[in-house]
Amino acid sequence: MGESFRPKNAAELEELVKWAAAEREPLEVVGTGTKTALGRQVQGAHTLALSELKGIVDYEPSELVLTAKAGTPLAEIESLLESEGQELAFEPVDYGPVLGGEVGKGTFGGALAANLAGPRRLKAGAARDHVLGLQAVAGRGELFKAGGRVVKNVTGYDLARAFCSSWGTLAVASEITVKVAPKAAQEKTLCLFGLDGQQATNAMSAAMGSSAEVSSAAYIPPALAASVKGEFAGTQSVTALRLEGIPASVEYRIGTLKRELSGFGAIDVLEADGSRKLWRSLRQLDAFTGSQTTLWRVSVAPTNAESFISGLSQDAVVLRDWAGGLLWVSDPAENDGTALREALRKCGGGHATLVRGSPTLRASAEVFQPLDPGLAALTRRLKQQFDPHGILNPGRMYPGV
Amino acid sequence: MSGIAMPKPSEKLLRNKMKIVQDLQQIIPGEGVISEEVELRPYETDALTAYRQLPLAVVLPETVDQVSRVLKYCYDNDVKVVPRGAGTSLSGGALPLADGILMSMMKFNQVLDIDFENRAVVVQPGVTNLGITHAVQHEGFYYAPDPSSQIACSIGGNIAENSGGVHSLKYGLTTNNVLGLEMVLMTGEIIRLGGKHLDSEGYDFLALMTGSEGLLGVVTEVTVRILQKPETARAALIGFPTSEEAGQCVAEIIGEGIIPGGMELMDKLAIDAAEDFVHAGYPLDVEALMIVELDGPEAEVDYLLDRVSAIATANNSTYLRVSQSEEERNTFWAGRKAAFPAVGRISPDYLCMDGTIPRKALPEVLRRMQDLSVKHDLRCANVFHAGDGNLHPLILYDANKPGELEAAEAFGADILRLCVEVGGVLTGEHGVGIEKRDLMPEMFTEDDLKQQQRVKCAFDEKQLLNPGKVFPVLHRCAELGRMHVHKGQLPFPDIPRF
Repeated sequence: MGESFRPKNAAELEELVKWAAAEREPLEVVGTGTKTALGRQVQGAHTLALSELKGIVDYEPSELVLTAKAGTPLAEIESLLESEGQELAFEPVDYGPVLGGEVGKGTFGGALAANLAGPRRLKAGAARDHVLGLQAVAGRGELFKAGGRVVKNVTGYDLARAFCSSWGTLAVASEITVKVAPKAAQEKTLCLFGLDGQQATNAMSAAMGSSAEVSSAAYIPPALAASVKGEFAGTQSVTALRLEGIPASVEYRIGTLKRELSGFGAIDVLEADGSRKLWRSLRQLDAFTGSQTTLWRVSVAPTNAESFISGLSQDAVVLRDWAGGLLWVSDPAENDGTALREALRKCGGGHATLVRGSPTLRASAEVFQPLDPGLAALTRRLKQQFDPHGILNPGRMYPGV
Repeated sequence: MSGIAMPKPSEKLLRNKMKIVQDLQQIIPGEGVISEEVELRPYETDALTAYRQLPLAVVLPETVDQVSRVLKYCYDNDVKVVPRGAGTSLSGGALPLADGILMSMMKFNQVLDIDFENRAVVVQPGVTNLGITHAVQHEGFYYAPDPSSQIACSIGGNIAENSGGVHSLKYGLTTNNVLGLEMVLMTGEIIRLGGKHLDSEGYDFLALMTGSEGLLGVVTEVTVRILQKPETARAALIGFPTSEEAGQCVAEIIGEGIIPGGMELMDKLAIDAAEDFVHAGYPLDVEALMIVELDGPEAEVDYLLDRVSAIATANNSTYLRVSQSEEERNTFWAGRKAAFPAVGRISPDYLCMDGTIPRKALPEVLRRMQDLSVKHDLRCANVFHAGDGNLHPLILYDANKPGELEAAEAFGADILRLCVEVGGVLTGEHGVGIEKRDLMPEMFTEDDLKQQQRVKCAFDEKQLLNPGKVFPVLHRCAELGRMHVHKGQLPFPDIPRF
């Protein structure tokens, strides 16, 4: 067992990484550790926890910009924004519950480093679309900044955006700036019931291709419909389409969508409360909590979802978000992802990540999508440049990275 | 050419020109290699015309295989390569090198796949920005980023510069609208990133490529997302007696939670020049003019226009006109879109700057720019994307008067230092290129710049792709690899651990 370090400021963080680099001591970088069960296991390392490196640095509602230290609880940031009628538009998915933890325990830095996104990804993008700048320490122990505090900035390479989805393997952030957004005054959700997968794909595609500005689109199969507590009976599939904005606009767009989707059967409207409950449920992955079954996250072109799913076993349960572009797959017949990735390749490509799996599976399977040789080599070269001694979350994403 | 130094040309390469041209002709037969001075002339500059340089040769590949083989050849022979799209860069990103090859990607001009169901389009990099919209508009779709040069600029160039535009406040920059790409590294390796699905696997190389100014790889294919056009769009022209009041109005609109499709400001000099040029019907008795565009369903647009009008009135606006037809809306924009050429009519030359500042600093920056105008004894017209704090000060000068270009450049540098001082950045959308290269240390420390150059080293270790741009000092990659090691005991008694 290694030591556990909790730097309280950027200078301490810098000093610690300098030491680790000099001594070739690997560090497992975490916030509060809500996602340590996701990804490959980092072996024989000290723990570098950012939980004490916390606090809001700067927040000006009229600038729509917020800067906070990396270890700041996400919940603290979200409630501060809420008090000003604002939010993080990418509504990060909460992995806590499916990984055996509680809701709302993750950190700001963790959400960015894992490039989290929730159901509104379709309209608002992922964490990487909202990051503006950061201060971080790379693997040589050099404290540096990248990006800025303004929304439009092309000064130098976009390192702040590249930090997102690096899972702490390139640099450890001490402070991050993101753009925030005004919360919509109203939201409602249109629901279609009993569609099969192909019908749902068509309905979601028609909705997304209309001018109704749908911000989220999901398909919940019958087996999972009851997981949205209190809303659905659980015998029929639910195809849900979220509309947000000023009240008059939402009402108008409901009309647009109803016309667009008239061929798909009866349409119900969930009012604001029910709508919020539904999308929060998806954001927290309620459908897959309280179980230990293997869970994969698959990104695919929406219209290829159906053919991909037909390549899985009969027992596979799939929740479709992002109009079918994001699939949460629980397949008891799936072993190490080989068959699943083969099905993915056959249907035109995409990527699959093991979100929940036993320690044995995590050690043997490719947790993140295997890369083509050229891209894998480029990935190793980038890692080598930023962390030449392999001390930052070594092996978390790929062996040797 | 004024004060910006480029890497010293290699005498050996200059002497070997004939051999290099012959070798390249083996790879690209026919007319794909240009080496005669008269034919090289059109490629000597981009839209930053104060700088000109003839390249050793120009190649116009037509296939990915040719791009790969040319780059591999150049890699093996240490020949530098400058990629070029439509040549509309305002920062000198495509300025050739005397001993380097200029690679024009404009023969890659095909739309490869239009996929309405997945709302994605696959194109070759030489397709123009507007060309993408033209390919999909019959179904009501469009490609959102809209740089002013969209009729001419290429999507490959948009990737290189992470181009924005009038609508980026609401719809994002290029980086938010690209799903995938194919690129060739300097070694000739072909790499694909992303696709029609969201979020690429592994590291976000799409983020690094977008805005990399042609220093990391040559883009050979692009997948972008397209959006359904908003049902309606209406614009309001709002005049203010002072720039400060206009600036305050911008901050309050955003602060109220309204994100307009576009929100532009022009100052007196720019208003007068534009009105004189296109007769857009702009008021001439105001000091600042705002164009706000709201888009979406009609009910939403009407509601938001009422709120914007109320905020403007509370900020002492003296002129308000809301477009009543599509024709009138386009007229409002015609003046704004012609602002640069309009200013070009009242001055022999102008320099266009591109800093971004926090919105709240707008009044202060406008005031201090006036002081700088007096200090440098040059006029300055202001046109800006007010919604996202992106300024385009146009510095008026006459290149035929000795010392005026230098004075204009000094004025511009002062403006950019001011932007950084108030918490902003050197460039919002035009790129660093050669123009702002030597100002990078104003914004970044040596350690900051080292991290950026390490990205370059991961992609192009020999630094043959577009050298001399973006970075004021070219560190050799081996030199960047060194590290100051200080050995110690288990450190920091003051760091809590357990």
